[in-house]
Amino acid sequence: MSVILVFLTVVIGFSFWWLFHQKVMEKPWLEHGVHTALPETDVSGMPTAKVALAVFLAVVGSLFALFASAYFMRMDYADWQAPPLPRILWVNTVILILASIALSCAVRAAREHRREMTRLALVTAGLATFVFLAGQVTAWRELAAGGHYLDVNPANGFFYLMTGVHGLHILGGLVALGRTMVKAWDDDVAAEQLRLGVELCAAYWHFLLFVWLGVFVLLAGWAGDLLALCRQILT
Amino acid sequence: MVDATPRMERDIPPAEVPELELYHPKSWWTTYVFSQDAKVIAIQYSGTAVAIGLVALVLSWLMRLQLGFPGTFSFITPEAYYQFITMHGMIMVIYLLTALFLGGFGNYLIPLMVGARDMVFPYVNMLSFWIYLLAVLVLAASFFAPGGPTGAGWTLYPPQAILGGTPGGQSWGIILMLVSLILFIIGFTMGGLNYAVTVIQGRTRGMTLMRMPLTVWGIFTATVMALLAFPALFVACVMMLFDRVLGTSFFMPALVEMGEQLSYGGGSPILFQHLFWFFGHPEVYIVALPAFGIVSDLISTHARKNIFGYRMMVWAIVIIGALSFIVWAHHMYVSGMHPWFGFFFATTTLIIAVPTAIKVYNWVLTLWRGDIHLTVPMLFALAFIVTFVNGGLTGLFLGNVVVDVPLSDTMFVVAHFHMVMGVAPIMVIFGAIYHWYPKITGRMLEDWMGKFHFWVTFVGAYAIFFPMHYVGLVGVPRRYPEMGEAAFMTAPVDNLNAFISVAALVVGFAQMVFLFNLVWSLRFGKEAGPNPWRATSLEWQTPTTPPPHGNWGDERPVVYRWAYDYSVPGAPEDFIPQNDPWPDKPATRAA
Repeated sequence: MSVILVFLTVVIGFSFWWLFHQKVMEKPWLEHGVHTALPETDVSGMPTAKVALAVFLAVVGSLFALFASAYFMRMDYADWQAPPLPRILWVNTVILILASIALSCAVRAAREHRREMTRLALVTAGLATFVFLAGQVTAWRELAAGGHYLDVNPANGFFYLMTGVHGLHILGGLVALGRTMVKAWDDDVAAEQLRLGVELCAAYWHFLLFVWLGVFVLLAGWAGDLLALCRQILT
Repeated sequence: MVDATPRMERDIPPAEVPELELYHPKSWWTTYVFSQDAKVIAIQYSGTAVAIGLVALVLSWLMRLQLGFPGTFSFITPEAYYQFITMHGMIMVIYLLTALFLGGFGNYLIPLMVGARDMVFPYVNMLSFWIYLLAVLVLAASFFAPGGPTGAGWTLYPPQAILGGTPGGQSWGIILMLVSLILFIIGFTMGGLNYAVTVIQGRTRGMTLMRMPLTVWGIFTATVMALLAFPALFVACVMMLFDRVLGTSFFMPALVEMGEQLSYGGGSPILFQHLFWFFGHPEVYIVALPAFGIVSDLISTHARKNIFGYRMMVWAIVIIGALSFIVWAHHMYVSGMHPWFGFFFATTTLIIAVPTAIKVYNWVLTLWRGDIHLTVPMLFALAFIVTFVNGGLTGLFLGNVVVDVPLSDTMFVVAHFHMVMGVAPIMVIFGAIYHWYPKITGRMLEDWMGKFHFWVTFVGAYAIFFPMHYVGLVGVPRRYPEMGEAAFMTAPVDNLNAFISVAALVVGFAQMVFLFNLVWSLRFGKEAGPNPWRATSLEWQTPTTPPPHGNWGDERPVVYRWAYDYSVPGAPEDFIPQNDPWPDKPATRAA
């Protein structure tokens, strides 16, 4: 359970830091009047959608940290036998990085109000993501063709499960990306609004890329070595 | 009173623009069924939770009939009994308590109490309810599925949960249960995002975090915890579903069933327990924290006194929330663990008693020299304190490994957790309904029915659960439909079991009075007016009662003070609403 505990420590640490900046040390029974509230509220100036995305990503992070925890705990049992890593995963990783880069470009273009460039970058990101998903399915087929079915070994089970759950999150992101694209092509949509949508998509993609890199490290079997290294350093 | 509003003359900027674009319902369907108004969603959530909760109540009667009078009712077979305990536990903990506190009270109270017009994402909020309803329907469907619902116990421990020997294990029961839980978690995440982000972003002018009523603090913290803890249940459910449907061996060790070697092998049931309790323990506080918050407000309002130690109360809520993530393995002492782990988890478990005790002291000190009005909500709030202390004390016993090992899996544990997270939160739910019903409907609940309901429920709950501790101490195990020829059992245990069962039936019927009161008062209740309890928090200051969609009319309120200004010396009344600038004039608004 160490992975989830580390993750939660970060989240809880951040929450405490945030609370600490919300004047939780004040004595509300001694004050009155609007002075603490002006100019408007102590609500942050951040767009609500961004805060919501941050909270949602904490939930997604918690989900994958728990999968990783389960992976490590199950790994220690005798019957564990990791399947061979499909080569195509390397290609997929590069493609997902490309999608993330494309979205970064889109953010930049949106900030500079370059509508055409934004559209191009969004389409590139969308296409790259589709290719990534197709690549993941290819990896599944490759494994299945080699006889590494889901129920043969728990390691296989985790492979399909974690790539599958990650893929579902990507699919959900594609829906949001699609809606952002509709905005990008609609000239009535204000530049600010489009910018927000693009930024949200980019943040989500970067996060899922980060998650994928973690999942990739796990599935490639390097995580065990990494842990051993950590233990060596600690002891 | 320090620092009286130095910039009072300055114009207050207008409320943000987007709320003017708030979606407004057009037809009957979008007003009452597919509504995006948090208050309607709250009532939908509550109605669904109470409806499925009634099923769980009936199941508990059936269990008590079997335990009190074993063998009398032929239709309660051992298999049926297991199905009853499983469904009773799961429904009560997740589909009733969690949904009612967060989906019900959270939806109704958060926007009103922080001065928002609605949740920040009303559409997602609506979706949350419909997915919850779907989860409840899938769960209810398992009663009608071939083989019936699962009988795995509410903890659904593998391997037995998905084996043929357990009711529903190899039929539809367990599948429907897991799917229902997965749906519930997805639905809750949608709602939870709303509750948390509305508190962070949706507060009105002047509503700093430290001016929020403790109800909002409790629900907010519980929501954040639930958002982080429910994924553990999600992971556990998905993996068990894979084991059951696709034949993986995440949790399933090699097994021989009925002389037949199963295809499973090598899996770890303990892994499931870790995942389950990593969710399961925070879940206790997900239910308890909103109750803590609500009860603080009830006590303060009905004792006409400011809450004692507001800051401590807030910090205690937050610290309990954080600590509850590192105590989960105290549910697994009997599963075997390294003694150091046992020591660690026993220590964290006992540490969590400290902030909890701070809260209890503060409630008592709030009551101290207060002008206590023994209204029905206050009665329930007082009952909560007593019950929670009782249940919490046995928790201190059970938190220690050496005490827990012999008591684990006895009725003592059943009595403990029913006291602490069954009866205590339910008391708060009742108190809260009596307290906020006038705001929701514009009418008071009938007082004598409320008092009758309270006394029967309170005394009855103790008649049920106090003897149960004793029954557990003499060694009656939980989850046994009957004791058979157990020689160690003394005769009083049988009598006590019969007594408990009768008490349970009586308490159950008292709830019918409550339900009748809910319906009857809707029509015939006394007109309540906008603020019958003369309370300070914002939900009582709405321009119309019950508040319409959008809550606040033309302008959102401005908050000048915290939520607990009761009996302030020199004030014209014994309470000062949060949006009352007394002793100053209200700030003028920009033209």
